[in-house]
Amino acid sequence: MGSITLSKVTKSFGEAQVIPPLDLEINDGEFVVFVGPSGCGKSTLLRLIAGLEDVSSGEISIDGVDATSLAPAKRKLAMVFQSYALYPHMSVKKNIAFPLKMAGMDPAEQEKRIANAAKVLNLTDYIDRRPGQLSGGQRQRVAIGRAIVREPEAFLFDEPLSNLDAALRVNMRAEISELHQQLATTMIYVTHDQVEAMTMADKIVVLRAGHIEQVGSPLELYERPRNLFVAGFIGSPKMNLISGAEAAKHDAATIGIRPEHITLSKESGTWAGKVGLAEHLGSDTFSRIHSDELGEITVRTIGDFAIKHGDTVYMTPDMSKLHRFDADGLAIR
Amino acid sequence: MATQHSRSAARLMMAPAVILLLGWMLVPLSMTVLFSFKKYLPMRGGDLGWVGFDNYVRFVSSSAFWPSVQATLLIVGGVLLITVVLGVVLALLLDQPMWGQGIVRILVIAPFFVMPTVSALVWKNMFMDPVNGLLAHVWKFFGAAPVEWLSQASMQSIILIVSWQWLPFATLILLTAVQSLDSEQLEAAEMDGAPVFKRFWYIILPHLARAITVVVLIQTIFLLSIFAEIFVTTQGSFGTKTLTYLIFQRVLESQNVGLGSAGGVYAIILANIVAIFLMRIVGKNLDA
Ligand SMILES: Nc1ncnc2c1ncn2[C@@H]1O[C@H](COP(=O)(O)OP(=O)(O)O)[C@@H](O)[C@H]1O
Ligand SMILES: [Mg+2]
Repeated sequence: MGSITLSKVTKSFGEAQVIPPLDLEINDGEFVVFVGPSGCGKSTLLRLIAGLEDVSSGEISIDGVDATSLAPAKRKLAMVFQSYALYPHMSVKKNIAFPLKMAGMDPAEQEKRIANAAKVLNLTDYIDRRPGQLSGGQRQRVAIGRAIVREPEAFLFDEPLSNLDAALRVNMRAEISELHQQLATTMIYVTHDQVEAMTMADKIVVLRAGHIEQVGSPLELYERPRNLFVAGFIGSPKMNLISGAEAAKHDAATIGIRPEHITLSKESGTWAGKVGLAEHLGSDTFSRIHSDELGEITVRTIGDFAIKHGDTVYMTPDMSKLHRFDADGLAIR
Repeated sequence: MATQHSRSAARLMMAPAVILLLGWMLVPLSMTVLFSFKKYLPMRGGDLGWVGFDNYVRFVSSSAFWPSVQATLLIVGGVLLITVVLGVVLALLLDQPMWGQGIVRILVIAPFFVMPTVSALVWKNMFMDPVNGLLAHVWKFFGAAPVEWLSQASMQSIILIVSWQWLPFATLILLTAVQSLDSEQLEAAEMDGAPVFKRFWYIILPHLARAITVVVLIQTIFLLSIFAEIFVTTQGSFGTKTLTYLIFQRVLESQNVGLGSAGGVYAIILANIVAIFLMRIVGKNLDA
């Protein structure tokens, strides 16, 4: 069991309201990702759920029980911090054992759980080392190990991969996803990286300045962004946003079309433009195309497409994939 | 980078300072060692010739020696205990955000800037004086007979005075250590179910271990040689005669330079043993 409900939760630091009234429903076993630019209040929201910060108003309930003023330790949640927050003077084993020891668990049961966690996370060979003698990825795994031995109702991750290098990040991403499949426990994961959000989440919560902009599955957000902010934030490369005369033709203040929904041609098409930059990756070609009436357009073509700087090309958008937004930035359906 | 030429020039330039420092240390040291092997009574015949290890044997076998070692250890141990315990408590309190933090921190550090002689005199005359002292007034207010601190509780009084002087040092070092603790570690421990006291015991205290070691060793070196506080208060009476004070009495009151010098050599050996430990641990801290 690990369902979490936030109703009308707010948080202010002094005068500044970081989280305006916010409602959110997290179901048992879900992998929920909070995503948004830096400073939008993701960590604050996570810490409110963890109980490390007190809410200014509103209510948090865990498994249907009011947990608003419950101490962090009583909420049965485990957190993995961005800095890992391992205890430097304790061995890996002692680190993982710490929550069990605090709970006064029987030593034999402790041993069993530690051995199990060490096996799952490939830590058996390092079990007697200190955190200082481990690599970043190993430390990350120890932090996760310390969280899983408690068998919590839900896991909270605060940007756990941001201190790792790119290759390791992809690995750990897969490992955490796999762990979620194995444990089937609720996980709340904070990141500013939309790729992490898209690849890991069952449900993405897009935040801006403490507001929830949209909640939905990765594909929902990709296919039906509720507003301009979500449209621009989700997807890589970013959606092309065009305003002005071209948008007016479609009865919208702004239209959006994703780079992968535009077909390039050297002979004919809807819009003409000149190639500014072409990145040939082999599998894809990313081109930045300058068009006088539209501005700068990014286009993604599958496979290689032989163009270079200065060439004139024609772009044809897939009209069924066109997004329209009104003057307030809200999507028109 | 450095050529042969620039290196010898550098040596030449540094030579005066090095020679001065070396002389400053070596001359008194070798004179102490020299005198410790002589019978030397300035007012009673002067230099009476070599006596071998006589002075060393006499110093140790004197009835005042073991009590003085005991008194020294008691003062050093007592002051260390008080300054470390209170220092940790104060450091934790000062780390909390509060109104007027800057001023409070300066007030806490202030005693360190008062000369030992002055602070001992202030304590003796303003606080501990059985007639006019502040403490005497407090006792009288509650209808109790004033305590004659420096004779009835002489050891405790001296430990109190010296602790007051050294508490700021301990607090300052421990405060910087407390501030360097990653707050996420404490939050992680909180989520792991550790209540306040267990967080202190399992997270904060181990984090402070090195700082505490440094405080203990540096203070030990200075506390082994406290003198002014005893000189202006009890003058070594009422069981407060430390090793340092005993040496002082042998040289200046008994006018026995040879015997005092032998005591001095014992003190040098003791201080060096502590210093070696200190260098090791501080050196390790700097490496890590
Ligand atoms: N303890 C605090 N005191 C005051 N302001 C804070 C505190 N913690 C966070 N904030 C502010 O709240 C906002 C959101 O911060 P945070 O939740 O850390 O953002 P994110 O994790 O999304 O980058 C920021 O503007 C930050 O300055
Ligand atoms: Mg953050």
